[in-house]
Amino acid sequence: MARTSTHMRHAAITVLAWGIALWMFFPILWMVLTGFKSEPDAISTPPHFFFSPTISSYQDVFARENYWHFATNSVVISAMATVVALLVSVPAAYAMAFLPGPRTRMTLLWMLSTRMLPSVGVLVPIYLLARATGLLDSRTGLIVIYMLTNLPITVWMLYTFFREVPVAILEAGRMDGATRWQEVTQVLMPLALPGIASTGLLSLILCWNETFWSLNLTSSIAAPLTTFIASFSSPEGLFFAKLSAASTLAVAPIMVFGWVSQKQLVRGLTFGAVK
Amino acid sequence: MATVELRNLRKTYLHEEIIKGVSLVIAEREFIVFVGPSGCGKSTLLRMIAGLEDISAGDLLIDGQRVNDTEPARRGLAMVFQSYALYPHMNVYRNMEFSLRLAGMPEAERRQRIGDVARILQLDPYLDHKPGQLSGGQRQRVAIGRAIVRNPRVFLFDEPLSNLDAALRGQMRVELASLHRRLGATTIYVTHDQVEAMTMADRIVVLNKGVVEQIGTPLELYHRPRNLFVARFMGSPPMNLLPVTINAQIPEGSVQVRTETLSVSIPTQQTGLEAGAPATLGIRPEHIRIDPQGAVQGVIEISERLGAVTLLHVRLPDGQMIVVQTGGDNADRADTPIRMTFEEEHCHLFDADGMALARSTDHPLLAGA
Amino acid sequence: MDKVAVHTSVMARPAASAARSRRLQGFVLQSPAIVLLLVWSVVPLLMTLWYSVRNYNLVDPTQQGFAGINNYWYLLTDPDFMTSLENTAILVGGVLAISVGLGTLLAVLYNEEFAGRGIARILVISPFFIMPTVAALLWKNLMLHPIYGVYSAMMRAVGLTPVDWLSRYPLATLVMIVAWEWLPFAVLILLTAIQSLDTEQKEAARMDGAGMVAQFINITLPHLSRAITVVIMIETIFLLTVFAEISVTTAGGPGVASTNLAFLIYSRALLQFDVGGASAGGVVAIVVANVVAAFLLRAVARNLET
Repeated sequence: MARTSTHMRHAAITVLAWGIALWMFFPILWMVLTGFKSEPDAISTPPHFFFSPTISSYQDVFARENYWHFATNSVVISAMATVVALLVSVPAAYAMAFLPGPRTRMTLLWMLSTRMLPSVGVLVPIYLLARATGLLDSRTGLIVIYMLTNLPITVWMLYTFFREVPVAILEAGRMDGATRWQEVTQVLMPLALPGIASTGLLSLILCWNETFWSLNLTSSIAAPLTTFIASFSSPEGLFFAKLSAASTLAVAPIMVFGWVSQKQLVRGLTFGAVK
Repeated sequence: MATVELRNLRKTYLHEEIIKGVSLVIAEREFIVFVGPSGCGKSTLLRMIAGLEDISAGDLLIDGQRVNDTEPARRGLAMVFQSYALYPHMNVYRNMEFSLRLAGMPEAERRQRIGDVARILQLDPYLDHKPGQLSGGQRQRVAIGRAIVRNPRVFLFDEPLSNLDAALRGQMRVELASLHRRLGATTIYVTHDQVEAMTMADRIVVLNKGVVEQIGTPLELYHRPRNLFVARFMGSPPMNLLPVTINAQIPEGSVQVRTETLSVSIPTQQTGLEAGAPATLGIRPEHIRIDPQGAVQGVIEISERLGAVTLLHVRLPDGQMIVVQTGGDNADRADTPIRMTFEEEHCHLFDADGMALARSTDHPLLAGA
Repeated sequence: MDKVAVHTSVMARPAASAARSRRLQGFVLQSPAIVLLLVWSVVPLLMTLWYSVRNYNLVDPTQQGFAGINNYWYLLTDPDFMTSLENTAILVGGVLAISVGLGTLLAVLYNEEFAGRGIARILVISPFFIMPTVAALLWKNLMLHPIYGVYSAMMRAVGLTPVDWLSRYPLATLVMIVAWEWLPFAVLILLTAIQSLDTEQKEAARMDGAGMVAQFINITLPHLSRAITVVIMIETIFLLTVFAEISVTTAGGPGVASTNLAFLIYSRALLQFDVGGASAGGVVAIVVANVVAAFLLRAVARNLET
């Protein structure tokens, strides 16, 4: 009796959990499927689950929509912003974790508070500044802004990871005669590399998916994939298969990144408050 | 090998003095143990010697040279950390090699040295293992090996055995002692475990709240504690301490103290004791004899049989508990009334400030010390 | 007495200088990050404040000079502004309620053992990695389109008339779309937090006779409180400036039915070219965010201590 009720409960959990998972994932799955449909198939009513797949929409996206231009922008902007953010935040996080002063805590909180400044509040000056300096619709402009908006998060995340490195190991390095530079490069870096990698990954994801600044500051030359996809909101979006193919291409790389690094993302996104 | 001298070392951290002037001269080849309860400053003091903490005031001399401002690695010290602090991304060989490589030692010489040390510590089979693949005892050995290969002038140990289980701790204690005999290196060892201190030290430094309470050989500390703190801290089971009142001083070098229910005469050379003054009587469990004619009576509450010895927890008529150590063949059970004799020549007396009063008899092993 | 003083000062110096050099090193290493963030947070803010008291229109050069509080007055008395504030609150509150409430339940569910748990978890959290423009168009066209959308087809299949969700219920539909993006985040964080719950605590509660519900309320929920704070904080930061989803679905309409503060400022600045008015809106947005942030930062500061 007790055994059957356990079985029932187990079955109910399995069904419920899988049902919700599939419902949550269904739009993404449907998007991927639609990308392999022909346009008539894509808007057939009722919708088809089974159809003869074609890659013509993908070919279209590559050939006619200049996909590579936008993808290159996304890659270059995200990568550059991430690299620069890491270059600035690794030394800062190192100092905060290992050379803390009386004001370190305040500095950290202040940095976080700058992230809470709503971007829309400074849209006007940033837009005007970008226009005045010729950075409107330029990769450099977005790189600088992405780097700045991500800086508080990368500093915090790295700080969290550095704090997890036992201080005694660094002290052992000093006792063994390592200079500050050797201590960092030969002892700390190998230990903190996974943390630095996942910080970079998170920064990449945030940059890749950022829409406020990319929609407002870029139109064509420096437009990343977010802007490219937004252009489908015009009536052209009714080419469902093409929209789906383009969207799939835009989200696939970063979604795979996300799947791989979900554990580390939690720690980064919560500033170490949730283990 | 080297001498280490501490001259009035002080450490202030955030306006709070946590080391309040420690002076000490450590001889060549000496094995010194810093012992004390947690928070007493013993680890801080060790880290000041290592160079991992700044010295706020005072001088630190190694071989007569002031090294206050010398980088840790240039002080000629090696340290074994409580957590071992092995480099997790390097194998055992690399761990031991790191300092030699940084010092620019040629490859052949490094291999030679590490081979020798690995042999001494029986680490040969594990040289290409990462620390994560080793047991606690093996990691401990690697940490020691990493210290030894550098051929340091002074070894520093920061509670190295506290992460090991009881059996392994006992074994490592013996190994460390024999290693010290073999290498003859000056050693400073920090522990909170008075058994480790007693068994390994040439001299023990008892620290409490940043102040040295007493410095001496293990037996000096055990038999001649300078104050109540040391008396309480050294020895397991600890010394029995009973509040007493000075009854009267008898001219021929002894004093009589009493509680409501007992009275003991203690030989002392102290003079000028006032009748009626409060004091503390201290007596170790092994110095209380079970004696049917004894003057002290009590009731056994609990009998702890350790095999070789039995510890009787006895309630005195005034409600105080004392511990009496008897032979392992003692058959007394709980609730049995017994009579005891305090061996007067082994009694300690502490004044109201907790300072020990001068004794007139001494332990035979300490004669001449 | 002089001698003593000299003596101690000589002794104290090296230690003090070591500490000072360490502080200097720390300062040098941190300064690039601090200077960049200082400039980034102060300069645009001051500019926004400045523009907000100016008459400034990008296409009408005759408008210039000091405006005093006119921009604010104009904004605060504009019914669109009140609507946008309301919409912002509904959007943030609605998404938070769905993602935290449902997220907690789902975290408990996905903590249970079942076949293929790892894959199911990955499916659930996937929407989080979808860029907002894709998420919005995906729902607008493939799911909710009144003719071709999958949901409409399903409604037709059970004999209902499909609804044009985005024009009939624009705000509610937006809440749904944004919640779909952010629910996975809540699940991800809360699931991680649940996994760190000591099983002995739950076992002790079971020994004390607590049932499933009592365990959830008395053990799980208190354990999650910190993680829930974090979820609320992070989501609020992002939800206050939801923009792309509105831009590509309803463009704030019909009318201003789905215009939030972010979209209002955008349309004032870049569609109507009213820099002064948009800046006044920006100042309001910053004030709102600061009020929220003051609460949230305190929660994080508490977490920092442990």
